[in-house]
Amino acid sequence: MEYLPNIVFAIILFAGIGYFARNVNRLRRNIKLGRDVDVSDNTSLRWKNMARIALGQTKMVVRPIAGLLHIIVYAGFIIINIEVLEIIIDGLLGTHRVFGSLGTLYDVLIAAFEVLALLVIVSVTIFWVRRNILRLRRFVKPEMKGWPKKDGNMILYIEFVLMVLFLTMNGADYQLQQLGADHYTQAGAFPVSQYIAPLFEGMSISSLVVIERTAWWLHIAGILFFLNYLYYSKHLHILLAFPNTYYGRTKPKGQFKNLDAVTEEVKLMLDPSADPFAAPAEDAAEPEKFGASDVMDLTWVQLLNAYTCTECGRCTDECPANQTGKKLSPRKIMMDTRDRLEQVGKNIEANKGKFVEDNNQLLDNYITREELWACTTCNACVQACPVSIDPLSIIMDMRQYLVMEQSAAPTDLNNMMGNIENNGAPWPFNQMDRLNWANEE
Amino acid sequence: MANELKVPTMAELSAAGKSPEVLFWVGCAGSFDDRAKKITKAFVQLLTKAKVPFAVLGTEESCTGDPAKRAGNEFLFQMQAMTNIEVMNGYEVKKIVTACPHCFNTIKNEYPGLGGKYEVVHHTQFLRQLFEEGRISLEGGKFKGKRITYHDPCYLGRANNVFEAPRDLIRKLDAELVEMKSCKQRGLCCGAGGAQMFKEPEKGDKDINVERTEQALETQPEIIAAACPFCNTMMTDGVKNKEKEASIAVMDIAELIASAEDL
Ligand code: SF4
Ligand code: SF4
Repeated sequence: MEYLPNIVFAIILFAGIGYFARNVNRLRRNIKLGRDVDVSDNTSLRWKNMARIALGQTKMVVRPIAGLLHIIVYAGFIIINIEVLEIIIDGLLGTHRVFGSLGTLYDVLIAAFEVLALLVIVSVTIFWVRRNILRLRRFVKPEMKGWPKKDGNMILYIEFVLMVLFLTMNGADYQLQQLGADHYTQAGAFPVSQYIAPLFEGMSISSLVVIERTAWWLHIAGILFFLNYLYYSKHLHILLAFPNTYYGRTKPKGQFKNLDAVTEEVKLMLDPSADPFAAPAEDAAEPEKFGASDVMDLTWVQLLNAYTCTECGRCTDECPANQTGKKLSPRKIMMDTRDRLEQVGKNIEANKGKFVEDNNQLLDNYITREELWACTTCNACVQACPVSIDPLSIIMDMRQYLVMEQSAAPTDLNNMMGNIENNGAPWPFNQMDRLNWANEE
Repeated sequence: MANELKVPTMAELSAAGKSPEVLFWVGCAGSFDDRAKKITKAFVQLLTKAKVPFAVLGTEESCTGDPAKRAGNEFLFQMQAMTNIEVMNGYEVKKIVTACPHCFNTIKNEYPGLGGKYEVVHHTQFLRQLFEEGRISLEGGKFKGKRITYHDPCYLGRANNVFEAPRDLIRKLDAELVEMKSCKQRGLCCGAGGAQMFKEPEKGDKDINVERTEQALETQPEIIAAACPFCNTMMTDGVKNKEKEASIAVMDIAELIASAEDL
């Protein structure tokens, strides 16, 4: 019986990590449904981007208030997790504050965790107020109704509760240390929780132990829950922001990719020696589909983008179309892509590893044509994204599908393209008149 | 303004066995749009004044394919691109200057992959260099002390990180440069990009150019400076929409410089 807590702890820990591993596998499988894309260029720039944007949070501080609060929560999250390491060792070995032997260093660490925990509580509260009381414009857009709104608040609640548990645990521990209770060796400095300790004044050692243990168990169970909650949440960005900033755009934002398949065909058409009536070679590959109508037509980087999206809405806030009341919202483009990808993933799971046609697709069922045609390709969304997501590339791929596979451009655009084809200008002017301006008054 | 413009073509120069320092890519708007033609002429006047040996393609120039590409028609874009590249490579073009950020972006970034590798600069960059090299100069002039706000074209600014060249030129006018609340990296689009110029906007509660014009008007400018023929049109329409055309002019940077000295 003596080892019961250790065994229970080990079971919870491995169950938590095991389930998390399963979700990571799902994630990998879904992302790999995307088309391959070469990302082997500019390695050093990519590492730099990751260090600057994900680790250094440089793009977060473009908006100073949100940026600062986010850095606190982010630093708190990472640093306080050092404490989790100790909890795991204590849990498995039945020790208590095993790092306590570090002496002064330990005191400094615990003190730092406590201060951070308090700052996190304050920041998370302000975040909550911004979302629910101030109702900042970008948090109340139509695509945030339902789960995304709940999810955003849920994360704040979890973080709040985890920090309160952490401080309660320390407060009770501090009190027990004062009372010289068995097992509770003198270790750590408690600049914040020492103010909680007076609440425990007069309690017996045994009830204090119950409080301390309960907080300790709930804290670690909460962390494991949180780890597994990530996959279902925009909070996945705490992991994916790193690969996503690495694989993000390295070329100028105005440079859109040239489709190689098209280049081949155009070269053939412009080559006077090619026989236009030649029958296609017997072994010719199935012609590639142009553009994207569903998630499998996107690249895996675009799919990674979708899972990384934090739903912060900075993109949508800067989008000229959205600002002027159009339906287009670059955040929704990313959320739709992720939701459809999840649907495809579930389909694959339900059908023993093979996708079965479900008469659904990203185009029309999720993203409407009206949204796609409202984009000015201004790149404001790409610039605004704090984790290097490129919503514009998805919009462009879907336009390509509409125009090249479906000939479904708006009439005005068809006229414009007809003009280019016939006169070499988007308006109906003759190419032979191109220099007339030089002689006009 | 009445002086006859001398605009040599690549064909003429090549027939005479000469090649220019730079090819001036005029673009469709610069060739055909009445407002943009004025910008083209202003820039040619500056080139002439600085004695820059330049040439245009004239009737051999064709749309870069930018609006087709942004509309999703990669096919038409590449047809246009390859035809243009063939012409320019035939003349062994090395350096291109253009007053249109869309042409600038497309030729600079998207042509190299299709075999068209040139040094491409925007006219604001080129003009700034002419100043630096002392090939043109300007003393104060008629815009001295005027409030000018500058609208960043998306395809020059955010897309290619050219923010300072146009601003440096405005400073040369001794004018007071006032920034809008969204400028540089966060500049708001005029609403014309991505082939929007050629279609009706989707349903919404405002036109983008009106929104952007309102931002410009907040700075209480006497002049809204632009560096793109499409932005110019959009902002001009915006100013008309606000019935301010009598007091606020929308001008290209090249026009500002050319008319500062009454060329
Ligand atoms: S590129 Fe398109 S989606 Fe992105 S901000 Fe501009 S208009 Fe909006
Ligand atoms: S795409 Fe980027 S900016 Fe837009 S909501 Fe997602 S994380 Fe935020």
